[in-house]
Amino acid sequence: MNSSNAFEVRGMNLHYGSFHALKNIHLDIPKNQITALIGPSGCGKSTFLRSLNRMNDLVEGCRIDGDIRMDGEDIYGKIDVNHLRKRVGMVFQKPNPFPMSIYDNVAYGPRTHGVKNKPQLDALVEKSLKDAAIWDEVKDRLKKSALGLSGGQQQRLCIARALAAQPEVILMDEPTSALDPISTSHIEELALTLKDQYTIIIVTHNMQQAARISDRTVFFLLGEVIESGETEQIFSSPRDKRTEDYITGRFG
Amino acid sequence: MKTLCRYTRRMSAFLRRHYVGSRLMNFAVHAAAAVTVLVLGFLVAYIVVRGVPNLKPSLFALQYTSDNQSMLPAIINTCTMTFISLLLAVPFGVGAAIDLTEYARRGSRLTRLVQMTTQTLSGIPSIVYGLFGMLMFNNALQLGYSMLSGALTLAIMILPLIMRTTQEALSAVPDMYREGSFGLGAGKLRTVFFVVLPSAMPGILSGVILAIGRIVGETAALMYTSGTVAKVAGLMDSGTMLALHMYKQASEGLYLNEAYATSVVLLVLVLLINLLSAKTAKLMMKGRG
Ligand SMILES: Nc1ncnc2c1ncn2[C@@H]1O[C@H](COP(=O)(O)OP(=O)(O)O)[C@@H](O)[C@H]1O
Ligand SMILES: [Mg+2]
Repeated sequence: MNSSNAFEVRGMNLHYGSFHALKNIHLDIPKNQITALIGPSGCGKSTFLRSLNRMNDLVEGCRIDGDIRMDGEDIYGKIDVNHLRKRVGMVFQKPNPFPMSIYDNVAYGPRTHGVKNKPQLDALVEKSLKDAAIWDEVKDRLKKSALGLSGGQQQRLCIARALAAQPEVILMDEPTSALDPISTSHIEELALTLKDQYTIIIVTHNMQQAARISDRTVFFLLGEVIESGETEQIFSSPRDKRTEDYITGRFG
Repeated sequence: MKTLCRYTRRMSAFLRRHYVGSRLMNFAVHAAAAVTVLVLGFLVAYIVVRGVPNLKPSLFALQYTSDNQSMLPAIINTCTMTFISLLLAVPFGVGAAIDLTEYARRGSRLTRLVQMTTQTLSGIPSIVYGLFGMLMFNNALQLGYSMLSGALTLAIMILPLIMRTTQEALSAVPDMYREGSFGLGAGKLRTVFFVVLPSAMPGILSGVILAIGRIVGETAALMYTSGTVAKVAGLMDSGTMLALHMYKQASEGLYLNEAYATSVVLLVLVLLINLLSAKTAKLMMKGRG
């Protein structure tokens, strides 16, 4: 295992019942970089992302074989799944703040993992909200319901909530697809500032977004990884014809 | 696109042709609503007109005698009974519902069996529960005529109701909340108790209030279990409830006026419960939404 990689995936296959959703995936995800997963709808991007924090465990009939290692450790071996999910945070496509106060949303992760000390919790909440670039907008209404925020604010709150659990990796599944252009650019800037401290894997439908923010790009098609590499290279000189067709908008 | 246009055109033609029909439909719906409100209004007015003049202070004396027909003991017993029944039924009902919706596999044979059982149980007339309660608690377990027998019987009676409403409330909680919680490394228990259950609380509460309504208005299930003694009753004593008290007053024919007075109190009590529940639900929503 190369220690500059957050994840190393070898010969991974995933089935939903009899449907073969991911086929023989080999992939390295480097630390402290933004990796973009692109590809047409239904090609398995979300499925792949959700297998990195074992969210697919919740899906009945989902079966995974092959090898996925995080820091050399087989994440489908004898590990604590809750601890894995603490280390690998997730931001969902649709902002999903809990129906509780802004403060309680952000404090949920730390409380789950045993932080009870009030000053420590306060500090963590504040830091997370600042890191997610939403502190100024919510600092006077921490006790108010999170559902009163706009969609873009809710998504940044969800990022703050993920950060507060102090993860190493953050998975983002089309985090801006439900947002307006201004909120989208907020989140993109945020991703760029976060990559110094975190490994970020982001699924996106938006080619420009992938080109703008990611260091590496992985192109999925029908459950297979067709091509992966430096984003620059993928977008300027793709090796595979299908990659070129997709990024130039000939299908998708 | 073309098909869509054609479809829209056909639809509007249909609506034009059936314009008269839809007007008629509209009228029928409004009429039905009006009749409902009128009947209800008449009922309430009738009870109030007949009952309020008979509301005398002596009806609220602590002691019941056949002369003053006080309903205070019955009121107090109603409160006690409601409290004990809920104390017995809510933990089991909510717990079972949590198990079925959050833990058991969806659509498994066990869930279907329980589903069917609760549906059947909620259709059984309350007199059957009363007879069962008498045989089981009064006789077999030798509790005799007692508030405890009554409360146990009522608890069994409202259990399916509480289970069903709780299950519905839990299923209505969006899965994205559960995913959000699991995604932060929370376990099942934490997710259920800190995210799912609070979100489902208004729905659960409305189930509990429906149950309270059934308890307060219940007669048949109590006649043979907690009995009709008009005294403030302890757990092991026989004690009458408001609805049963009223039934007795009316059926004996001697105290019809007092029965109307009792029914006014019962009505007010039910209205209060509803008001309170609406307030609570609203308050809880405010804390969240
Ligand atoms: N829970 C599931 N059960 C069965 N099939 C699923 C499930 N989730 C996704 N799939 C299928 O797996 C394939 C990949 O889906 P997904 O990973 O969501 O694609 P993407 O995120 O790239 O749009 C699709 O064909 C989809 O229909
Ligand atoms: Mg997807």
